[in-house]
Amino acid sequence: MFLTRKAEFSASHVCANPDWTPERNHAVYGPNANPNGHGHNYVLEVTIEGEPDPITGMVFDLRELKEILNDEVVEPMDHRFLNKEVSPFDRLVPTTENVAIEIWRRLAARIGRDGVKLRNVRLYETGDLFVDYGGAS
Amino acid sequence: MKLTRRYRFSASHRLDTLALTADQNRKLYGKCNNPYGHGHDYVLDVTVEGSPDESGQIVSREALDALVAERILARFDHHNLNTDIPELTGVVPTTESLAVTIEQALSRSWPLPARLDRVRISETERNIFELEAK
Repeated sequence: MFLTRKAEFSASHVCANPDWTPERNHAVYGPNANPNGHGHNYVLEVTIEGEPDPITGMVFDLRELKEILNDEVVEPMDHRFLNKEVSPFDRLVPTTENVAIEIWRRLAARIGRDGVKLRNVRLYETGDLFVDYGGAS
Repeated sequence: MKLTRRYRFSASHRLDTLALTADQNRKLYGKCNNPYGHGHDYVLDVTVEGSPDESGQIVSREALDALVAERILARFDHHNLNTDIPELTGVVPTTESLAVTIEQALSRSWPLPARLDRVRISETERNIFELEAK
């Protein structure tokens, strides 16, 4: 069975590779490369796979899941400038892809346990753009 | 890893097949068979699959947008699906047919490094059609 929990955070970022010229960054990232940054209301959907526990009837304790999402994602990223305030985006371009991979990295170990695993991270940058990441294949 | 980008276009259509009588068409398609057609604001989700390149992206948003604009939006937006789209000539332009047409228009000579994974089209918020790319 799949369980999906949603969380939101708002953050600013710049998509630019410091080793590239401004012209190349604009060619690759468009206005996302504007040097002073811009922001999004990110929406995160975390999907967990497992079977309901025979005693509690739950795949995962939703209160614990909320705490994990708060600790690992919302608290460190909400109302922050990702490039300046959230590791590893001081040295990794915070594209939607890379932010989703980092969220997966932060969550997988805390969620995975006997019979339960993190299945998918879906990250909406806007209502019209999202990525899905299911771990390294 | 997959990336999904959402696009919108508005188009008109009428559902009617020559294989059935006028009466049978009215019964089968209901209001969708009304003689002068009607329209929808279609929502198209295009999903591609790949690994991030050195830019940290699996696909260039500009390249994907340009491709969908050229092959789909420019041809379908504010057009009549029955009369204006050669691939739909003689085809009942259900959203199923539309999904097949759009998948084929995109997958033919697909120019991007990320693989086309699927298209998903909403005719209205209540009717959604999804087709995996071949």
